Amino acid sequence: MSFDYQDKISEVVKNVPPSAIRRFFDLANEMKGEVISLSIGEPDFVTPWSIREAGINSLIDGYTHYSPNAGYIDTRVAISKYIKRRYDVSYDPGHEVLVTVGGSEGLDIAARALINPGDEVIIVEPCFVAYKATVLFAHGVPVVIETRQENDFKLMPEELEAAITSKTKYLILGYPSNPTGAIMTMEELSRIKDVLLKHPNVIVLSDELYCELNYDSSKPASLVCFEELKERVIMINGFSKSYAMTGFRIGYVLGPSELIAPMTKIHQYCIMCSPSMAQLAIVEAANNCDEAVSEMRDEYNHRRRIIIQGLKDAGLTCFTPMGAFYAFPSIKSTGLSSEEFCERFLKEKRVAIVPGNAFGACGEGHVRISYAASLDDIIEAMKRLKDFINKIKVGNINA
Amino acid sequence: MINRMELLRIIQNDARLTPDNIAIMLDCDVAEVEAELSALSNEKIILGYSAQIDWEKMDKDNVVAMIEVRITPMRNKGFDHIADILCKNDKVTACYLMSGGFDLMLIYEDKNLRDVASFVSDKIAPLDGVLSTTTHFILKKYKSNGIIFEKGDTDDRQAVIL
Repeated sequence: MSFDYQDKISEVVKNVPPSAIRRFFDLANEMKGEVISLSIGEPDFVTPWSIREAGINSLIDGYTHYSPNAGYIDTRVAISKYIKRRYDVSYDPGHEVLVTVGGSEGLDIAARALINPGDEVIIVEPCFVAYKATVLFAHGVPVVIETRQENDFKLMPEELEAAITSKTKYLILGYPSNPTGAIMTMEELSRIKDVLLKHPNVIVLSDELYCELNYDSSKPASLVCFEELKERVIMINGFSKSYAMTGFRIGYVLGPSELIAPMTKIHQYCIMCSPSMAQLAIVEAANNCDEAVSEMRDEYNHRRRIIIQGLKDAGLTCFTPMGAFYAFPSIKSTGLSSEEFCERFLKEKRVAIVPGNAFGACGEGHVRISYAASLDDIIEAMKRLKDFINKIKVGNINA
Repeated sequence: MINRMELLRIIQNDARLTPDNIAIMLDCDVAEVEAELSALSNEKIILGYSAQIDWEKMDKDNVVAMIEVRITPMRNKGFDHIADILCKNDKVTACYLMSGGFDLMLIYEDKNLRDVASFVSDKIAPLDGVLSTTTHFILKKYKSNGIIFEKGDTDDRQAVIL
């Protein structure tokens, strides 16, 4: 008789569904190398050399041991100074900064530090896939607000108001957004702040991994900039997306010391500390790489405009994404589901993009197109998209 | 109003881009892009459009030399007179006035070492004002004009990353 492994696995883990697009994943992986990939949620740039060099030098200098749990003080000071420079907000590097293993660890330890079983967490979909999973793993109850294209996928204050209950523990806000490319301006965030001020027990987890990739404003927009709200905002941030450092697995969490301390406790037991080499690399990133980031942002912006025009030429409706490196057009006019559309586009035109339903049910009818790819590939992919849409239209007429 | 620096950076990265695509990238009219490119050419800021080629892969006989030239500057003309003469040779692909231990640096391309030697001994050394030359030969190009020659172009990222 075989061992019953399923019986041994946590019910919580079993009940978190696998990705909605697992079949598509498998297909895209099989065809990797044969197709144009606009399906990748990480920069195509290599990390700027001076950052890599700082990492290499840390190894040469023998920084191969554990760091303090919260991170090297030099790293925390560099992060604190960077945030002051970019957001004009102050965090004490001694007690209000925790260096994590990517932004994802921040989401996880925040959930585990804050949620009691049954607590509700408001999630704004379509969104990064880890939001809901981290809440479920921590025995929380996700409460989904579905944003819509007609509102440019922004969170509306009245929708937030309606979602808050006495059980609400926190709101996860992820702008600039993966997958939609939506941003929230300071004016729009101000209206969100007004709602939150009416509910003084609700915490905000502000995921700002894409903060430097905002094509509307040179300064990041964030709820932490409102002094009256800052005491209950936890900022999840990092250098992965803006500085092309995904493989370094380094991020950070900022917030009041009363919230950072319990998160540090979990981090201390489960992770010990973030990789020392990566911590020293981000000192260089935070201190000396504004120009490299600016050049990458300009390049993304050029590609963004080519994508937007390509989508228009193909006859797809798409709100104008102003952040991150994604467009999220509607494909409802084709009559295909998101997954059917992506699968056929992959097989027939050899371009990989991601079905919108991977990011929440309200993403159905949309696809995520990443422009973290070369300009040549983007221009060619947009030509193929136009051909593909025309082919579908002809097929629909003949059917 | 087009940002000239941005336009120049775009075409420096890829001179094959059409004015239509450049206009989209810069969020402006095609006519504006065409007018600005024309103005930049007229002002001799854009001097030409050329491809980056690794000639070694074409098995073409080709030697690239870097020639240091020491000069006595001429009255009223400084170093320009000799630089002008040397630049007229089509095989001189670059000529720079330098600080340091010599005055002009020439990049010279020809078929073989003998041709380079002839150029140095017959065309440079006899010029009035030339004091001495030192010739270096390029053995291998690793990077030129910002392009790494033997760089692999494989994308090691995962096929789908959410």
